[in-house]
Amino acid sequence: MAEPMKIRATMAGDTADVKVLMNHPMETGQRKDAKTGKLIPAHFIQTVTAQVNGKSVLEAQWSQAVSKNPFLGFKVKGAKAGDKVTVSWSDNMGEKNSADATVG
Amino acid sequence: MNFARRTFIKGAGAAGTVAVAAAAGLLKPSEVLAAEWNKAAFDAKGMPDALKAIGASAAADSKDILIKAPDIAENGAVVPVEVTSKIAGTTGIVMMVEKNANPMVADFELSNGADGYVSTRIKMGQTSNVRVVVKAGGKTYSAVKEVKVTIGGCGG
Repeated sequence: MAEPMKIRATMAGDTADVKVLMNHPMETGQRKDAKTGKLIPAHFIQTVTAQVNGKSVLEAQWSQAVSKNPFLGFKVKGAKAGDKVTVSWSDNMGEKNSADATVG
Repeated sequence: MNFARRTFIKGAGAAGTVAVAAAAGLLKPSEVLAAEWNKAAFDAKGMPDALKAIGASAAADSKDILIKAPDIAENGAVVPVEVTSKIAGTTGIVMMVEKNANPMVADFELSNGADGYVSTRIKMGQTSNVRVVVKAGGKTYSAVKEVKVTIGGCGG
């Protein structure tokens, strides 16, 4: 199953700075396997959502052109230390993963 | 501007049930597809089609969109791009690479206090303009930055 993801949220003034690292191959479907010469099927994250204390703050849709092991950074105004940030993704093969962090 | 969504429904396989539910007034089309992946936009080849698919054909150039990306990227597979929108009421940021086979890279919808800022890493097949479209108050704005790529990152 999907590997764990890293998430960190820190306060800078009145804004929470959230950084997320996901583990994902992000295959484009255009690459060939060096041994078999066959195309490696596309496998990439399609949707990413982020919530602060259960309220949606970011909904992203991605293509194959987001780099392997994607990085995502975003900022949320009005968040406070102790708030819970949750980030989830799902890919084109139906895999999902989610992680949360406390703003510190 | 919702033709793209119609096409998506047709191609989605579940057309029958969705159409019946929509016809019966149980679900508004926007609710049905709110969180669906915008296949029409991501499959679009070439900038005009991609811009049309996200309803940004008439995006006005704006100096209030800051794109932070390297002038020269040695590795096209990992190009860090940071976007800051100073436009008040920014609700969406879209990243595109003009010369990629499918220009559409990522679409971010922001709400509930999220700043007009996103940062991520993208793949670029060759030297190209990175175009950012910002949605704010029902209007669209855009800005570009050229990134020179020494080794492409799409074919690998």
